Amino acid sequence: MKILVCISNVPDTTSKINFTADNKAFDKNGVQFVINPWDEYALTRAIELKEAKGGTVTVLNVGEADTEPNIRKALAIGADDAIRVNANPTDAFFVAQQIAAIAKENNYDMILMGKESIDYNGSQVHNMVGEILGIPAVVPAFKLDLVDDSTARLEREVEGGKEVVEVKLPFVASAQQPMSEPRIPNMRGIMTARTKPLNVVEPVGAEAKAEYVNYSKPEKKGGVKMIDPENAGELITLLRNEAKVL
Amino acid sequence: MSVLVFVEGLNGEIKKSSLEAASYGSQVAQQLGATATAVAIGEVHEEALTKLGEQGIEKVLYDEDSRLNSFVADAYVKVIAKAAQQESSKVLVFSNSNIGASIGAKLAVRLNGSLATNVTTLPNTDGGSFVVTRGVFSGKAFADVALTADVKIIAVKKNSFDVTHNAGATATVEKLSADLADADFAAAPKETVMQETDGVLLPEAEVVVSGGRGLKGPENWHLIEDLANALGAATACSKPVSDMDWRPHHEHVGQTGITVSPNLYIAVGISGAIQHLAGVNSSKVIVVINKDPEAPFFKAADYGIVGDAFEVVPKLIEAAKALDK
Ligand SMILES: Cc1cc2nc3c(=O)[nH]c(=O)nc-3n(C[C@H](O)[C@H](O)[C@H](O)COP(=O)(O)OP(=O)(O)OC[C@H]3O[C@@H](n4cnc5c(N)ncnc54)[C@H](O)[C@@H]3O)c2cc1C
Ligand SMILES: Nc1ncnc2c1ncn2[C@@H]1O[C@H](COP(=O)(O)O)[C@@H](O)[C@H]1O
Repeated sequence: MKILVCISNVPDTTSKINFTADNKAFDKNGVQFVINPWDEYALTRAIELKEAKGGTVTVLNVGEADTEPNIRKALAIGADDAIRVNANPTDAFFVAQQIAAIAKENNYDMILMGKESIDYNGSQVHNMVGEILGIPAVVPAFKLDLVDDSTARLEREVEGGKEVVEVKLPFVASAQQPMSEPRIPNMRGIMTARTKPLNVVEPVGAEAKAEYVNYSKPEKKGGVKMIDPENAGELITLLRNEAKVL
Repeated sequence: MSVLVFVEGLNGEIKKSSLEAASYGSQVAQQLGATATAVAIGEVHEEALTKLGEQGIEKVLYDEDSRLNSFVADAYVKVIAKAAQQESSKVLVFSNSNIGASIGAKLAVRLNGSLATNVTTLPNTDGGSFVVTRGVFSGKAFADVALTADVKIIAVKKNSFDVTHNAGATATVEKLSADLADADFAAAPKETVMQETDGVLLPEAEVVVSGGRGLKGPENWHLIEDLANALGAATACSKPVSDMDWRPHHEHVGQTGITVSPNLYIAVGISGAIQHLAGVNSSKVIVVINKDPEAPFFKAADYGIVGDAFEVVPKLIEAAKALDK
C-alpha cells in the first residue's frame, strides 16, 4: 500500500491573527506553525493502515523551507519519507496542480488530506486533485477502511447524516475526526526522523486563479450585556425585542 | 450570459442555504446585467422550483434522474457543467455546504474557473474586476480575493445573506438531461443514513443551543434539548463533550468540528477556548451562560449570565415556552 498524505503548514490554533501594516499579507511574526490539525487525522490513519497492511507513507507539502520542521514532525510521527514542493502556496488551484503532478509520477494507492486548512479555510484542494487526476474524492470522510486490496470503504459526512461509500483504489479522501486518534512523536520517532529522506522538488508551471488583495478583521463586539441570574427569563425577552433573533 | 445557481433539495423543498445562494445569484446577475438561472437535481417538488422566482430566479433547469437523489459528485458536476454550457454562464453560485463546496472545486478544474468558498459579500465589479470577501483564519479574519479567470465560481457562506422575497414572482421550469452513464455513478453511496432528529439540522439552524463540560454528564442534556425545542433550535456541543461520547461527533463545533454561523448561539457551560470560538465566532448574537465570571467566552458574548446552568436554564426554558410563536 503506497499512501500519500498532504499536509499544510498553518498557524497554531491559539494564534492571534495579524496582518502587515498595508493589510496585504499575513504577519508571521511571533506565530507558531503546526501541521494542519485535520491533516493529522489523515496522517495517523495512513500510518495505522501501513502498520496493518504494510507499505509506505509519504508526506507532501507545498511550501517554502520554513515548513520543514513540521514535515520532520510528520516523519517523527511515523511517515517514511517526505516531499516538499519548493513554492509559496499562493492558491488552492496552484497547490492542487503541484500535488497532482507528484501523484502522476508515483502510483499512490490513496491520497489523504485534511478536511480543510484552518488558515484559508478553502476546502478545495482535495476535490481539485481528484478532478485533475480523474479519480474519486471522498470529502469529508470520518472513517476509512480497506475492504480488500483494491477497494476501500469510507464514511463521509453529509449535512444531516452520513453516507457509506465504496471506491476502487486509487482515490482521494479528506479526513476529519474521529477517523483516527492523532499521535504525538516519541523520542525514537524524533531521532529516526532526522535521517528519513526529505526530497525538495521545484514546482511545475501552474497559474493561480485567485489573488488575495486585502485582509481585514471582524468588527469588535460592542461588549457584553449581563443579566441577573435571578431574572434569567429577562434574557429571552431581550433576545426577542432588542436583539430580534427570536 | 447568465448567472447559474445550484440549488439543493431536502424532502422535496429547497434548502434555506440554497435560497440564500439564489438570492445572492440574482443580485449578482442584476449587477452584471445578466439573468439568473437555477439548476436543480433529484427530489424537489415542481412547486418549490417555480417559487424560486421569489428569489429573482427566472428559469430553473431540472434534471429529474432519480439516480441523482443521493449525492454523487461526478454526476452532479456533469449536470451543472452541461447547464453552464447551455446558458453560457460565467458566474456559478453554490451554497458553501459539503456538496456545494465539493462540486464547486471540481467545476473550477473542469471549467478552468476561479473559485472562492466561504464568501460573505457580493462581488465588487468596479472597473471590470471581480473581488469577493471570504472568511479566513477560522472566522478570525476576512480576505478580499480577486477572481481572475473568465469563469467565477462562488460558494456562499451560510446565513450570510438574507433570503429575498418578491412575493408571487415565479420561475419557469425546463427539463434538463445530461445523458448520464452508469460510469458517472461509480462512486455512488452504498448507503445513506440520515440522523434521527425531529428537530432542526445543525448546519442549517438559525438558533443553536450548545453545551459544554459544565453540564457534567450526558444525563443532563435534557436541559440543552428542552431549551432547543422551546426555541426551535438545533443542539451542538464542545469537543470534549463529543470526545467523551456524551454527544455524537457531528454536533461538535469549533476548529476541528463544524463551523456554524446562526443568528443566535447560546453556549451553556462552555469556557470559550479559542478553538471553540473558531467554529462559532461569526454567529450574529452570542449568549454565554457560565458560573465562572472569568470564563473567556464572556469576551466574545453579546449577552451573558453568570450563574449555575442547572438553575438558569430551567428559567430560560420556562420563559421560552411562554413566548408566542
Ligand atoms: C488542536 C485543538 C483543536 C481543538 N478543537 C476544538 C473544537 O473544535 N471545539 C472545541 O469545543 N474545542 C476544541 N479544542 C479544545 C478546547 O481547547 C477546549 O479544551 C474545549 O473547548 C473546552 O470545552 P468546554 O468549554 O466544554 O470545557 P471546559 O473548558 O472544561 O469548560 C467548562 C466550563 O463550564 C463552566 N461550568 C462548570 N460548571 C458549570 C455550571 N454548573 N453552570 C455553568 N457553567 C459551568 C466552567 O466555568 C467552564 O468555563 C481543541 C483543542 C486543540 C488543542
Ligand atoms: N500547501 C499545501 N501543501 C500540501 N497539502 C496541502 C496544502 N494546502 C492544502 N493542502 C491539503 O489540502 C487540504 C485542504 O486544504 P484547503 O483546500 O486549503 O482547505 C489540507 O487539509 C491539506 O491536506
